[in-house]
Amino acid sequence: MNPNEFDVIIIGGGITGAGTQRDCAMRGLRTLLVERSDIATGATGRNHGLLHSGARYAVNDAESAEECIRENMILRRIAAHCIDETDGLFITLPEDDLAYQQTFVDACRKAGIGAEIIDPELAKRLEPSVNPALIGAVKVPDGSVDPFRLCAANMLDAKLHGGQVRLHTEVTRFIREGDTIKGVHTRNRQTGEEADYYAPVTVNACGIWGQHIAQLAGVKIGMFPAKGALLIFAHRVNNLVINRCRKPSNADILVPGDTVCVIGTTSTRIPFEECDHVAVTPDEVNLLITEGAKLAPSLSETRILRAYAGVRPLVSADDDPSGRNISRGIVCLDHEERDGLKGFITITGGKLMTYRLMAEMATDMVCKKLAVEKACATAETPLPGSEEKSYEAVAQKVWESPTTAQKAAASRMGTRASRIRSANRHDDDLICECEEVSVGEINAAIERLDVSTLTDLRRRTRVGMGTCQGEFCACRAAGLLAKAHGCVERERKDLADFLQERWKGNFPIGWGDTLREAEYTQWIYKHVLGI
Amino acid sequence: MKLQEYTTSAHNFEECMKCTVCTAYCPVLQVNPLYPGPKQAGPDGERLRLKDPYFFNYALKYCLNCKRCEVACPSGVKVADLIQSARIKYDTHPPKLRDQMLASTDFMGKLARPFAPIVNGVTGLGITKTVLDATLAIDHRRTFPKYSGRSFEGWLKRHSKEQARFQEQVAYFHGCYVNYNYPQLGKDLVKVLNALGVGVQLLDKEKCCGIAMITNGMAREAAKHATHNVEVLGKAVAQGLKVVTTSSTCTLTIRDEYPELLKVDNTAVRDSLLMATRFIYEKLEKGATLKFRADYHKKIAYHTPCHLEKLGWGVFSERLLRMIPGVEFTLLNSNCCGISGTYGFKKENYESSQAIGQPLFDQIKTVNPDVVACDCETCKWQIEMSTGYPVMNPISILAEALNV
Repeated sequence: MNPNEFDVIIIGGGITGAGTQRDCAMRGLRTLLVERSDIATGATGRNHGLLHSGARYAVNDAESAEECIRENMILRRIAAHCIDETDGLFITLPEDDLAYQQTFVDACRKAGIGAEIIDPELAKRLEPSVNPALIGAVKVPDGSVDPFRLCAANMLDAKLHGGQVRLHTEVTRFIREGDTIKGVHTRNRQTGEEADYYAPVTVNACGIWGQHIAQLAGVKIGMFPAKGALLIFAHRVNNLVINRCRKPSNADILVPGDTVCVIGTTSTRIPFEECDHVAVTPDEVNLLITEGAKLAPSLSETRILRAYAGVRPLVSADDDPSGRNISRGIVCLDHEERDGLKGFITITGGKLMTYRLMAEMATDMVCKKLAVEKACATAETPLPGSEEKSYEAVAQKVWESPTTAQKAAASRMGTRASRIRSANRHDDDLICECEEVSVGEINAAIERLDVSTLTDLRRRTRVGMGTCQGEFCACRAAGLLAKAHGCVERERKDLADFLQERWKGNFPIGWGDTLREAEYTQWIYKHVLGI
Repeated sequence: MKLQEYTTSAHNFEECMKCTVCTAYCPVLQVNPLYPGPKQAGPDGERLRLKDPYFFNYALKYCLNCKRCEVACPSGVKVADLIQSARIKYDTHPPKLRDQMLASTDFMGKLARPFAPIVNGVTGLGITKTVLDATLAIDHRRTFPKYSGRSFEGWLKRHSKEQARFQEQVAYFHGCYVNYNYPQLGKDLVKVLNALGVGVQLLDKEKCCGIAMITNGMAREAAKHATHNVEVLGKAVAQGLKVVTTSSTCTLTIRDEYPELLKVDNTAVRDSLLMATRFIYEKLEKGATLKFRADYHKKIAYHTPCHLEKLGWGVFSERLLRMIPGVEFTLLNSNCCGISGTYGFKKENYESSQAIGQPLFDQIKTVNPDVVACDCETCKWQIEMSTGYPVMNPISILAEALNV
């Protein structure tokens, strides 16, 4: 058999692509995933990381709300190590209409979301950071989800089921015979190596870039790119998600995620050409801080770590160029039916946390085309790492008396923490002091999770995501990567790129301690290490 | 809009630049690999603990609370406070009997004083030390401080009339050590202050400052002491009195640990509480004079206690000692002695404690002074036990050198 032949090729290494590959692989298909960059580089890694309860959509979009709460409960079961079951609050401030609260709660209940009106005093006790001026509060089963971890776990499981993954590999054209897509021609963006891969079905799971991929395939999808900007604060100010109980608007969700919290978002339509180069503007930063401080007043005095922006893959369900029929729901297109193009489907729209459902829909379509009859099992089967419910249980099982770094590793890797080697005493040394990531954990990621650059490593381990933003960890991690790849010169360049990328996120909020620290980082790397 | 640039965050750990100077200055980290170090235990660990108290590390108990990390920090992060706060907040183990005993300096003093000769005899016995080591894990190599048969409070009460004759008055927070173990230091202070024309009075029943409780998992009891002490200090301050002390640790505790760790507001009294050395130095600056013996001669090596370094007041002791004619003065290098109150008494800390102090002990032996001067009672025990050289409080040296 030709090693370049598969049952299905998935384009896009975001959560949709990774989830689809996992589902296909679990149903016995030979799968290949190609991604032009790294995992979770698009909208997957550039959002709040909110595990919606669905409450935000309950009033205006009952269907999305129902999808969210269903998937919310499923992810708690199958992705325990990627989920933080925090719960959330929808608060009413004096300037909001308290009457909306009842409409909101009714809609939530109708969608099956456990929403409970609580006394504002109780809300203040549950979440001390909340704006004390609040006049109403509703508790909902919101949570937070680590998109990088979720994406990596899906991809890893696909690989454990025989799937293959090619990162940093771009589709340059489709291999087309008549009205059928037969495969893809790709180019590795790091090595320049080109290759052809064949499969009877190709899935376009490229988020906003799906428009471009569809164009390459010769069909048209109307995307409406909407930029959303967010800010990361340097520590976890809140332990419950805080939302405003009003019609969804700008900067009205504050999500605690791991050691930080994230405020967002804005929404600005941008031209498709700008999708690859979104930047956060001073106006957006101002808006986020001002509105964020209404949710939790201490935000105005909390150190901001980074600003970033993502592009929502909003799509017009039909070919309507006006955008009137814009949908925030899941869009699964069979291009054979829609455009007469065989062997090509597009899965897009949706949300990070409905990825599993999207993957199920896409995989059902793939299976139908391949006449494979196998039921989806992704709603019941835990992801690798999520076999235990809590990181306490994991840490206790793997280590007799776990250190903070080992506990942190268990919280990031779940049961896969047992793969961290500690053959010699250096394996326990810390690479990243802010997030407590050890040499052993880094090496486990390099060995199993397709890491080629420091940025790749960051997405899989949180190295460089802490307050120092790479100041101390970047050069240490670069040392390990250079050793793993056997090339110092390449790693030197990678290190410079990594620091440049960190600065990109610091720049829009470059004042106070963040600026001091960035300056200090520059001394170290430029003046001491000569990079 | 208020931006972080212009404010000090309530979460002061965010000002950490990760420069790691604190780690380089931590005396524990150099001798005990089990300790994560001030940066890890403080600002770094705090971010994880905010996520989940589960990330609390019990190795934080190895922190000496010497505050050297805070002195070293160029960004003003209260590293040691972060660590002690975390212990107060997250350490769920109830304090051991041993720790409760070590922490209750007040209570143990009251208990032991009437039987001082017996207690002193018994605690000096090898067999007692062996038993304490085996039963309570108080290290058998330690020498215990002796108890005094008569308390300082009783002595000063008996002399209150003559003290009241002085026109200028100060109150004296003597602390447990002066009261139960070494009243002579209090008497020396009275002698020096009297020579300056200042009378000394007691506070209206002070209690132990509570530092040993804070570091031994008894913060709630410590807060009770703090509230009481702020109240009695307040009475003295309301009468326009300054309150002087002879223990650097009691002083730091009342001034800084009360508000930072115990959340007891001391603003009404904080600025009126100062080390006697500072009080005396300032009086001399303003023109007061002390007459010294012409025949006084002593070679003195001065050790600055860590907590006095944190206060920034070591300079006053140093200046006073240098001022005494006939004193040959050596300022010892800044180096923690390793005992840190009750820390060094614990069996598990003995080795670390001695290793931390070793450079100091070595330097003292090289200098070979007649006496080591130091403003801290526990440093005194440690240095005397570890070097054999006698240790005196600068106030006692002043008293000895006075010509009255």
